[in-house]
Amino acid sequence: MNKVMVGITLGAILGALDGMTAWFTPAVRAGIVGIVIGSTFKGIIAGILIGVFARKVHSLALGIVFGLGVGLVLAFIIAQLQHGYYFQVMLPGGMVGLIVGYATQKYGRAPELQNAASVR
Amino acid sequence: MKWLGDGTVDRLRANMQVPDLTGTRYRAIRYVASGGMAAIWLAEDTALKRNVALKVLDAEDLPQLESRLLREAHILATLEHPGIVPVHDAGRLPDGRVFYCMKFVEGQRLDEFLTTVAALPDRLRLMLRIAEPVAFAHSRGIIHRDLKPENVMVGPFGEVLVMDWGLGKILNEHSTESSAAIASADEQQRTPAAASSTNHGTVLGTPGYMAPEQLRGEVESIDQRTDIYGLGVILSVMIGSPAGGRAARRHRPILAICAKAMHPDPNQRYPAVQALTADIADFLAGSPISAYAESPVERMARLFDRHRTAVLLIAAYLVMRLLFILFSRR
Repeated sequence: MNKVMVGITLGAILGALDGMTAWFTPAVRAGIVGIVIGSTFKGIIAGILIGVFARKVHSLALGIVFGLGVGLVLAFIIAQLQHGYYFQVMLPGGMVGLIVGYATQKYGRAPELQNAASVR
Repeated sequence: MKWLGDGTVDRLRANMQVPDLTGTRYRAIRYVASGGMAAIWLAEDTALKRNVALKVLDAEDLPQLESRLLREAHILATLEHPGIVPVHDAGRLPDGRVFYCMKFVEGQRLDEFLTTVAALPDRLRLMLRIAEPVAFAHSRGIIHRDLKPENVMVGPFGEVLVMDWGLGKILNEHSTESSAAIASADEQQRTPAAASSTNHGTVLGTPGYMAPEQLRGEVESIDQRTDIYGLGVILSVMIGSPAGGRAARRHRPILAICAKAMHPDPNQRYPAVQALTADIADFLAGSPISAYAESPVERMARLFDRHRTAVLLIAAYLVMRLLFILFSRR
């Protein structure tokens, strides 16, 4: 599995999990399906961005910072659209980005052959 | 009556055996060490202006010893590898003694160097580098037969060299050393003081490091698995005796690697050095190894160790979500 796939898979799983926890908030329970789909989609977008970054930059620290940043920005957009719940949305969103940033740096196949080909 | 100390005896012995280097390109600098059949001298190669080591036979006109020393030089010349000391020259000195010239290796013997390496992963990485030249020699059909920590040197830049190929055996050669090997084992049991050196004709290996088939003098059954036994002994010296508790549990796979490498039956050992190093590398990477069947609990512990940060991050995330749920219900 390459780094982008690691990012997409983990982003989707954590995003879906993130969305499902909305069920415990009665005020938004009615729209749970939309929340789960939106959250999963957000996780996939974050996973792609962070995975592509991990392919280009091989640095655990930078990967984590980038992941955190992407997670926070995407979560901020969601919170803006919901007109609130900034803390409840941005904290988990940032953490998902951080985890995906760590995972894409640590796991997944780096594109070594492509690099070697470009050097030639 | 006053007894002479070991150092004095060594100095007197060295002075008596100063090689006659007149007419050669070498100039003796100092005596370094002595083995069973030859002495090592630090010398200057006056043509290339560099220090070299000369291994000079202790006596002249001993065809068997001469052929053995030249055979060692031949083996070293065959094995061009960064982990094996290169030989530059071989021949006969004006005093009639046979010699060969090799790179002068400065560094520490493995047993001394280990006192500066505490962490098990560092020691195992060192072990992998010790195994490399041995695997290379096997690929050239040569076995060492005297692998022990004293025969491994670690240079000032961390380079690892496997030394003393004097007992090296070319695998496709037929030899009649069986009786000598048996004599070796018997002799060593009688003279434990000599056990640390490799004396011609009496020792074909070092007791405590020799594989059982070597001790029994079964020359025909000596092959690369005999060296794998030696590597197993070195590995067991490197890992030491782990303390009890969690450390001992963590050491179980590596102890199993040692046990497999040092199995009394050569057929039960690793078939090749590469298989041994693959297990060590897998252990270092936190992967399962062929020599040890782990229990489900051990497997979980190993996976947790391997992915500790990722597991802790996800656990922290789940705890955070749980706290959010609990607080939102209040």
